[in-house]
Amino acid sequence: MKSEVIAYPKDELLSMLRTMQRIRMFEEKAGMMYGQRKIGGFCHLYTGQEAVAAGAISVLDLTKDYVLTAYRDHGHAIACGMDPKKAMAELFGKVTGCSRGKGGSMHFFDASRHFLGGNGIVGAQIPVATGVAFAQQYQGSDGVTLCFFGDGAFHQGALHESFNLARIWNLPIVYIVENNQWGMGTSWKKVSAVHDFSRTAEAYGMAGYACEGMDVLEVRRIVDMAVAEARKGNPSLIEARTYRYKGHSMSDPQKYRTREEIDAYRARDAIALFRAFLEKEGILDESAWRQIEEDTAREMDEAVRFAEESPEPALLELYADIIV
Amino acid sequence: MAEMTYRDALNRALDEEMKRDERVFLIGEEVGEYDGAYKVSRGLLAKYGPKRVRDTPISELGFTGLGVGAALAGLRPVVEWMTHNFALLALDQVVNNAAKMRQMSGGQLSVPIVFRGPNGPAEYLAAQHSQSFAAYWMHVPGLLVVAPATPADAYGLLKSAIRNDNPVVVLEAELMYSWKGEVPDQEFLIPIGKARVAREGSDLTLISFSKPVRLAEQAAEKLAEKGISAEVIDLRSLRPLDEETLAASVRKTHRAVVIDEAWPMASVGATVSHLIMSRCFDVLDAPVEFVSGEDVPMPYNHRLELAAQPSVEKVLKAAGRVLYREDLSNG
Repeated sequence: MKSEVIAYPKDELLSMLRTMQRIRMFEEKAGMMYGQRKIGGFCHLYTGQEAVAAGAISVLDLTKDYVLTAYRDHGHAIACGMDPKKAMAELFGKVTGCSRGKGGSMHFFDASRHFLGGNGIVGAQIPVATGVAFAQQYQGSDGVTLCFFGDGAFHQGALHESFNLARIWNLPIVYIVENNQWGMGTSWKKVSAVHDFSRTAEAYGMAGYACEGMDVLEVRRIVDMAVAEARKGNPSLIEARTYRYKGHSMSDPQKYRTREEIDAYRARDAIALFRAFLEKEGILDESAWRQIEEDTAREMDEAVRFAEESPEPALLELYADIIV
Repeated sequence: MAEMTYRDALNRALDEEMKRDERVFLIGEEVGEYDGAYKVSRGLLAKYGPKRVRDTPISELGFTGLGVGAALAGLRPVVEWMTHNFALLALDQVVNNAAKMRQMSGGQLSVPIVFRGPNGPAEYLAAQHSQSFAAYWMHVPGLLVVAPATPADAYGLLKSAIRNDNPVVVLEAELMYSWKGEVPDQEFLIPIGKARVAREGSDLTLISFSKPVRLAEQAAEKLAEKGISAEVIDLRSLRPLDEETLAASVRKTHRAVVIDEAWPMASVGATVSHLIMSRCFDVLDAPVEFVSGEDVPMPYNHRLELAAQPSVEKVLKAAGRVLYREDLSNG
């Protein structure tokens, strides 16, 4: 980590660290609860990738900016400020969940914080996010949209059609591919003609940036720059190179990768790196870190308690909220 | 009251709604500079400018999904598909995004968007450009689907669709664009979800929607010449479906022929036939007859393509069967 990027106020740096730790703790709790069968279905954990959502979303003003992502969405929701209680209750399928128990893990939404999902079809949120940016331009707001997706989405037609539309209309959008290197069990290299996603931007006349996704300050710096350009009508693509520690979803035996590969990435864990950096710079000390750990652990315990104690949706909810 | 083509009725609806509400914009292939592949958007670019009449690349998935996002963020897009044949490239955006966002978000979001364009068999266009996808849309909870058969309904239903806060699919048809009909000068809306009794009758009910409504009306004329009084129901809305009007008519006539130009399997006609069977079984005097398109991809050859579609003759034969009149069914 480079200290020249430390142009950010101390409280913002600590806030990013806290967000990363909250995501990590939330995901660990979610994994445990899944093991206890409190949560069903597909559950894609974000552990390992925290720096990307935390760094990127810290740039935004969510009164005017928007965020959309795919189904590995818990981290982005928390980074947008969703209450972990509502997030955990959603995983439990409770009516107090962010989507009233209708969406589950893959479909977190928080309209008041401009977090528009939580989208389950690979790459299908990319045209939608492009449309949100279209509306921002149409309405004359100077808002931008951050559109997250994984390396698995990169070869969908939806992505390429969207890149083209964003550029011909100069839409205020930043596309962020979180290249965690495994599209389910398929190596991104095996299915990608060019092993540098950021270069694809060139084909659409956009700026493309490659970024070390385990370094929250680099994510923040590059997204800052891209967002400023987007507000001027220059869409761009950022490839954040990152890694997921857990399987694709909870049911993944992970035979496609080695223990050594995972350990190598864990050795440069985004939270540990950032924490060490802040300690070295004198911004964080041991007791302050301990406090963050305790606060987040307590917050997630409370989230689980809230989810446990919340009621199931009434059966008549089945027919609610389909048509206005 | 002015006589107007179906095309101009749609154009008038678009024009009035764009004038009324700044959030309404039209997006699709050839909608602007070209004035619309079928001239439905004629003059709108000149009037409203390129911000609100947006020519797109040939990119159905992309611009349909973009419309969904724009609707989520507060606009009211009208997405024109040059034809419904090409809408299959965007099927995922309609089914998985437009129709489900509200439910998946626990009611936080709504998607006020219109998807419109010509659907159904046309002429000499062969298999990929001549087919009805009405059932694809009707199948999906979270969508509304309308299929106007007259210029007045095209006008009134499109206006209602644009003002509706749900995603609405509008089924038009190439061959209907030049059809003429009376459209009142005064502004009016046609409510979504209400069928139209196109002709009153007492001996049997002919039920259809979109282009084949005209076939049903022509068949009713022929039947009248033989002293048979046919009621014609134009469904107009496929979702929600006006089951009450449908059932009331069949309860009166006791006999029903359903006409749908799509393939027969899992079609709108199949569903309507089932609904009549289950709601009116006690009063039916004959099994419900279903005149569908033939179960084949549309051929280019004109004689064959006509044979693949419902016709007045096919409707008369079906009417003969429900009336137990061999003179009709063999004639």
